[in-house]
Amino acid sequence: MSLPQDLHYSNEHEWVKLDGDVATVGITDYAQHSLGDIVYVELPKVGKTVVQAGNVGVIESVKAVSDLFTPVGGEIVEINGALDADPSVLNREPYTDGWLFKVKGVDAAQLSSLLDAAAYEKLTAE
Amino acid sequence: MTYIPHTERDIAQMLEKIGVGSLDDLMQVPDAVKIRAELDIVPALPEYQLARRLSRMAAKNTAVDAISFLGAGAYRHYVPPAIGALAMRGEFLTAYTPYQAEVSQGYLQAIYEWQTYICLLTGMDIANASVYDGATALAEGAIMAINANGRKKILVSRAVDPNYRAVLKTYCDGLDITIDEVPLAADGSTDQAKLRDALAGKEYAAIAIQSPNFFGVVDGLEPGSAEAARASGTVPIAVVSEAISLAALATPASWGAQIVVGEAQSFGVAQAYGGPYVGFIASTTEHMRRIPGRLVGKSVDNRDQIAYVLTLQAREQHIRRERATSNICTNQAHCALIATIYLALLGKTGLRDVAGLNLERSRELATAVSSIPGCDLRFEAPVFNEFVVNVHQPAETVLAKLRERNILGGVALGRFYPEFADSILMTATELTTTSDITALAAALKEVVNVPARV
Amino acid sequence: MSLHASEALIFEIGEEGRANAYVETAKPLGTFLPKALLRDDLPLPDNTELDVVRHFTRLSQRTFGIDLGFYPLGSCTMKYNPRVNDQMANLPGFRDLHPYAPDELAQGALQVMYELERSLASLFGMAAFSLNPSAGAHAELAALLIAKKYFKDNGQVVRDKVIVPDTAHGTNPASAAMCGFKVISIPSDARGRVDVELLKKAVGPDTAVCMMTNPNTLGLFEDHVHEITAAVHAAGGLMYYDGANGNAIMGNVRPGDMGFDLMHLNTHKTFTIPHGGGGAGHGPVGVAAHLVDYLPTPVVRAVPKPDADPKLAPSDQLTFSLDFDRPKSIGPMRSFWSNFAHAVRALAYIYANGAEGLKKVSQLAVLNANYIRVGIRDVIETPYDEICRHEFVASAQELKKATGVRALDIAKALLDKGYMAPTIYFPLIVPECLMIEPTETESKETLDTFIAALREIIATAKSDPQAIMDAPVNTVVGRVDETRAARQPDLRWHPPSTN
Repeated sequence: MSLPQDLHYSNEHEWVKLDGDVATVGITDYAQHSLGDIVYVELPKVGKTVVQAGNVGVIESVKAVSDLFTPVGGEIVEINGALDADPSVLNREPYTDGWLFKVKGVDAAQLSSLLDAAAYEKLTAE
Repeated sequence: MTYIPHTERDIAQMLEKIGVGSLDDLMQVPDAVKIRAELDIVPALPEYQLARRLSRMAAKNTAVDAISFLGAGAYRHYVPPAIGALAMRGEFLTAYTPYQAEVSQGYLQAIYEWQTYICLLTGMDIANASVYDGATALAEGAIMAINANGRKKILVSRAVDPNYRAVLKTYCDGLDITIDEVPLAADGSTDQAKLRDALAGKEYAAIAIQSPNFFGVVDGLEPGSAEAARASGTVPIAVVSEAISLAALATPASWGAQIVVGEAQSFGVAQAYGGPYVGFIASTTEHMRRIPGRLVGKSVDNRDQIAYVLTLQAREQHIRRERATSNICTNQAHCALIATIYLALLGKTGLRDVAGLNLERSRELATAVSSIPGCDLRFEAPVFNEFVVNVHQPAETVLAKLRERNILGGVALGRFYPEFADSILMTATELTTTSDITALAAALKEVVNVPARV
Repeated sequence: MSLHASEALIFEIGEEGRANAYVETAKPLGTFLPKALLRDDLPLPDNTELDVVRHFTRLSQRTFGIDLGFYPLGSCTMKYNPRVNDQMANLPGFRDLHPYAPDELAQGALQVMYELERSLASLFGMAAFSLNPSAGAHAELAALLIAKKYFKDNGQVVRDKVIVPDTAHGTNPASAAMCGFKVISIPSDARGRVDVELLKKAVGPDTAVCMMTNPNTLGLFEDHVHEITAAVHAAGGLMYYDGANGNAIMGNVRPGDMGFDLMHLNTHKTFTIPHGGGGAGHGPVGVAAHLVDYLPTPVVRAVPKPDADPKLAPSDQLTFSLDFDRPKSIGPMRSFWSNFAHAVRALAYIYANGAEGLKKVSQLAVLNANYIRVGIRDVIETPYDEICRHEFVASAQELKKATGVRALDIAKALLDKGYMAPTIYFPLIVPECLMIEPTETESKETLDTFIAALREIIATAKSDPQAIMDAPVNTVVGRVDETRAARQPDLRWHPPSTN
């Protein structure tokens, strides 16, 4: 299972990468693997204000639905439109082309409640 | 025992294998819940007596022998015998929902064909595998719109079938959704100016409008009203209760509908005192994830052959549970199959002929009735196969007198529209004959006699 | 013609003008309506009747029904559908009756509805039923709407929670959500029953309804049901009985006696109405006395005929009418009164069996399920290995660990052997679940051959797992790519582009 060391992780299997006050959010390799073939992603609308740990959408595989939570709060400034046409990117490249959405107005303090790679690895090993 | 293969010897052997002494031992329940009354059920009848008893009941339904001008949401059309011969094949009749695609390809393909027919007829992009009937299709369509824009109010034309509106209200009461109605214009269509006024507030999730409407009038959204709906972010829902009209009238898509809901009973499904019928929901692609019920998709199998399968199931109750798009599980697959066979048999040519004959016979009927002193047409707008006749006296009285002459003259409107207590909704289809019309006209002349102008 | 050749779509065959003379040729539509109101084109195929008959006959041959073989689909009660029922439903007096036929000219139809309603009320111990809802889920919705209105009328709007066990059918929480109720899920205990202690803790002044299936979807009788009904009633809530498993209890035990206030039946399961590939169903909703006024409209009202011959059957001495004037009713659930043709079928089935016959039906359904259970429990895990009711669950979890073969693979291998697969992956609390419901209409020989087939599949899974994972190979298509179907939805045929 692939696990980049420079990201922050949530208990709900999302990752966060902070660049200034803009955070990019996606799901982990572990998450995509447990979900199986992802067929559809419902993302929040651009401009929407979201709170940390809030439910912002869903991810569908053929026979399952999972809630999508945001690991950070702020304003949604961009969503990955390419997922609509080809949701399989999420299975193939969860940390790069399969990113989900970007949140603006995130301060570094929000990251303190998240896990680092080592802690997340421990979580998924349980 | 009826329909049960077990011999006493089978039962004894099976009980022994299970390790219990008797059938009663298998059925043990706590004393607190034991059965407390003798069952009041008729004693078992051998099959010939069962058939005799039910046949006697069927024979009491003498309405089927009358000359009938009833419609108003359930229609008498010609049903080719090939439909019954095909639909009643045991493979179709005794299948469950096609969960196991490998042994259900035939049914899945038939539903895919049904979905296609509904799209081609309505002008929509997608259609589902069916819902219970026209009224529940409207309720489910309204919920789609609510889920699309999050609003809590629905706007409905008062010319939508009153039964449909009543069912919509039942559903909306559950969801705490408010319904407002658009009044009628003088010509029997929906008042477009009032409709536009209502849309100005941008508070409605959907505007539902029926065509042909309950009075038979060709209705819809005028271009200005469609524009008003767009500007207001309100989803236009077209309602169709006489599906034969789809073969003739401009498609709901052409006047701006994003969702089309309706009843397909007219496509070969028996009147059967109200059911089972078959509702449909079609929509533009943008509502695909919100459409309720089953959807069949085309895919391939592991041998690279074309294969059909139930798809987008993550919308449904068995996966999404309380967050599903609807609670619907069983739909009306067999009625949808009947409708699909009907459409295949009639084809473009046959369906156009049926639609044309409905137009022709209804005009013949309207001409005959409106020539009778004391009877005139209530509305001026163009109609499909039914229309409202004002008899200038209580409609129930007139219909009761026609009944004595073995004629079911139509549906009295007073029970739905108190202001039209003197009016009858009359329907003619391709099965209405000139002699039927002559008989009605003669009877009406006697019954209505002196026009009592109110 | 090989069955393996795919069947063209109806849209891909035929020629315009290849019409059947069902009706006269009509005048051009423009004769009757202005062109602006008419559609330009009608892109449907014209086919001869022969081509249509062949097309749908071939499609039928690519479809598996009870008439072809054993259908042990748990929770679905796929029993034999007697042909006399269909013939009765198709009598012209029933088939051609318009829903607006005046009551006095539809007395036979009303009598059917009345007799069925009275029979169901007696059989399940409820005060009254409405035949209005179209299917089980529709009746659940009706029942919850009744509860919502009942509490509203009694000033108890605070009751907004519906309690649902984790083994419940998915329709239960979905129906609750359609009434604006919040769903509280209660876990099952180690015995596969609702955890009564947890349930008692969850019940309170905000409880509207507790929904239960009994026997539950594991096929087990909820033997603490009277404690549950007592706890919910003490808190002022209502008890709802999901009748999907009615075939397990008919004539033996009644929801009314168990303390339920509301219930539904799937007469298309218990009362032999053909499923027709997924409907139409028929879902009567039943209530205890305090909720009768809330039933959906219309209901059939009966009054004694003044001049009736007392020698006639009781229902022949009555006059019937449809009653719409019920101010407390939740309103109608559907366009017209009932899926009436199905009411005819259900009544015919009741006539054929009588009270004793219906009681025996449930007993033999339970016998058949237990017979399969003991016939396979040494080769596949049966997580709740005790006397079950009309169905039971097995789990392929151990088999999967040992061989990689999953419940899905076993299901597909059964298709190869000419059986319908059991329900799989439901209830959700049993991993790799196979839910088997044989029904009472299957003979001991059928069950024996099914048991042998299942044992052989499990043996093969251990010796040659790939063979099972490759199944089915004897069907017209192999496993379908469901991911592709969902990722690139192709939900209809498109006419060839005219460009």
